[in-house]
Amino acid sequence: MTGRNFDEMYGRAEPGKGEVRSAYGGYCDWLNEQEPEYLRRKQRDADSEFRRTGITFNVYGEDDAEERLIPFDTVPRIITANEWRKLSKGIEQRVRALNAFMHDLYHRQEIIRSGRLPQRLFRDNVAWLPHMVGFTPPGGVYTHIVGIDLVRTGPDEFMVLEDNARTPSGVSYMLENRETMMAMFPDLFTQVQVRPVANYPRRLAKSLAACAPPAASDKPVVAVLTPGIYNSAYFEHAFLADQMGAELVEGSDLRVIDGRVAMRTTRGYEPIDVIYRRVDDDYLDPLTFNPKSILGIPGIMDVYRAGGVTIANAPGTGISDDKAIYSFMPEIVEFYTGEKPLLPNVETWRCAEAESLKYVLDNLAELVVKEVHGSGGYGMLIGPTSSKKEISDFRRKLEAHPENYIAQPTLSLSTVPIFQKSGLAPRHVDLRPYVLVSPDGIDITPGGLTRVAMKKNSLVVNSSQGGGTKDTWVLDD
Amino acid sequence: MLGRTAHGIHWMFRYLERAENTVRLLDAGFHMALTRDLVTSEEEWRSVIQTAGLKKDYEKAHASYSGVQVWNFILRDKANPLSVMDMIDNCRTNARLARNAISEELWEGLNVAWMEIKEMFSKPITQRNLGEALSLVRNAGTLVQGSLEGTMLRDEGYAFARSGTFIERADNTARILDIKYYLLLPSLAHVGSSLDTGQWDTVLRSVSGDRAYRSLHAARIDSRGIMEFLILDDRFPRSLAFCYSELRDNLAELARLHGAEGECNALMRETDQNLSETSIEDILDIGLHHFLLGFIAQNRAIAGAFANDYRFVS
Repeated sequence: MTGRNFDEMYGRAEPGKGEVRSAYGGYCDWLNEQEPEYLRRKQRDADSEFRRTGITFNVYGEDDAEERLIPFDTVPRIITANEWRKLSKGIEQRVRALNAFMHDLYHRQEIIRSGRLPQRLFRDNVAWLPHMVGFTPPGGVYTHIVGIDLVRTGPDEFMVLEDNARTPSGVSYMLENRETMMAMFPDLFTQVQVRPVANYPRRLAKSLAACAPPAASDKPVVAVLTPGIYNSAYFEHAFLADQMGAELVEGSDLRVIDGRVAMRTTRGYEPIDVIYRRVDDDYLDPLTFNPKSILGIPGIMDVYRAGGVTIANAPGTGISDDKAIYSFMPEIVEFYTGEKPLLPNVETWRCAEAESLKYVLDNLAELVVKEVHGSGGYGMLIGPTSSKKEISDFRRKLEAHPENYIAQPTLSLSTVPIFQKSGLAPRHVDLRPYVLVSPDGIDITPGGLTRVAMKKNSLVVNSSQGGGTKDTWVLDD
Repeated sequence: MLGRTAHGIHWMFRYLERAENTVRLLDAGFHMALTRDLVTSEEEWRSVIQTAGLKKDYEKAHASYSGVQVWNFILRDKANPLSVMDMIDNCRTNARLARNAISEELWEGLNVAWMEIKEMFSKPITQRNLGEALSLVRNAGTLVQGSLEGTMLRDEGYAFARSGTFIERADNTARILDIKYYLLLPSLAHVGSSLDTGQWDTVLRSVSGDRAYRSLHAARIDSRGIMEFLILDDRFPRSLAFCYSELRDNLAELARLHGAEGECNALMRETDQNLSETSIEDILDIGLHHFLLGFIAQNRAIAGAFANDYRFVS
């Protein structure tokens, strides 16, 4: 399969045989001058660098591996200035639509009245929050931080695979990957002009501050809310707080005092204006959502609705990145922007619809089937790489609850070479650019996180399933 | 700063200090045992366990005292409720909690040391690599303290770290002195005998004070001089007087930064005054044991008031 895929370095030619694509020209010039042993040593250095700095993630349910490294590959993933211009226009359009959609869903619901979106999609959806109805978050922003997952199948074919509008993670890897590459190969960065990403934390802090609530002072206090050190992304939470100069708080540090959310400091309780939360909706307010939660802050939703605090992303944004909603994104983009989507969706069959279900059941062995509410690469079927038994097991689940699934064609995802002992070898990749939204505008950091399937022919890039990452370059004009 | 973060930094340094002191104690015991015959060496290992306050737990796990059992118990045994490995783990966990309030170098230094110690302590420590194992822990302490000095902003975080170091160190020095003197020298008839001299030498080694003491006292090992040195000599960085002069400064700095004194400052002044106005004669008059017990209790009271004043927990 790999042979026919589009490789971002070599195009469709046999790796190493054809001409290097222009995006990779500067890099390959440099690469050809390096000793293989030097590159091997640098790859090992990179691994120990990550371990040293403690850039790890935790895997649930693994006793001995409380902290694991995500594999890092030293071959960058490169995007030209021109490609990026097109991509960022498409991303901006999509994120604008997502925010307008959220506002509409929690207010007049024009899109449902117009008949373009079936009401059942949100009525029975656990991500739908009745508490948000009729309320507009400070600055009108719902999704302060968005991660748009893109895949590529050819030179000009980029598609959106998924929208992450709740608490997209991984941005610390985008930053640390670049940091590591610059430390490993300083000479490379003098030969190739790459747009910087290092100012992301500053842009994030600025973007969050611009969304401060009415109650805030002119220098808003921002805090990152983490579930704690055993959370899989704790490193990232601490990293971002550190880089922004914000406090890193847990639910137990917070309480509602005089209509504000306040944190317990060594001087007593002090109010917070903006909470960049990295906890799920369910764990925000035990009074409102989950009485069993020990992670939340009782009463925070009342403060929120009274304009005493900004919660980023807004509660209830999960409704917009659901996989069933995803299949309607082309209509959603058009409805709110009046334009055709610049970035297409991957073709998607909604198994809730009888006709689609029949098609999916007839073609299971060729399709990728995903749970509507699933994430992290769990609970999905990849037809072409599954056994007969796996497919027939999945068929039963699908027939029992078709509304829980969507299906997509198995895409021939693009590849980028990774560095192996024996040399370069192509591996499938995706791309998650990070988007900041504030009343000042939409701010997209050039590049993002490239995830790469480290196993040959594997299409699963999720870090929980052994995927790795690459530094992502957007070239300067 | 968050109360929880202050708590994290403070305890990161308390655990680090405790690990370091435990390792010093082991090192002194090891040195002593090497110079003894089998029987007295067993006695020496028993005394190490007693000084570490682990007699009960150790005897639940082992019927006899041998060097290899004792050091593995203290360093890494799961049957030990707080092994040196646990202390280092706790130190790092607290550092992770306070990750955004400590410098990157400080975190990386500790993290690298933790990885090396974890690796080494995953297998039993033999006589051949005991020295290396002890150095790893001691070097971790030196590295972290050095990074703190060289890279941390002199704000409240620094004062929470330093106060942790000195509250813990004062406690540890007082305990070593107390247990060595009263548990290990049951009869005053020993005073002046060669065993006695050796024991006092171990006390000095346990706090890495043997060289410093000798340079000041020209190789004359006498119990009174050593007591005075470890309690009242504010030039020696592990003496009670030194710990309290540092603690006084850091608590005063925190009070200044917070614009108000807390209960801990009042308690601190009392204990500090006791130390500075006491002579070794006064201490011997009321009895060393009595004096040290009083000191340890006051030290603990300061730590408790401190945690309360700075809202470590809600």
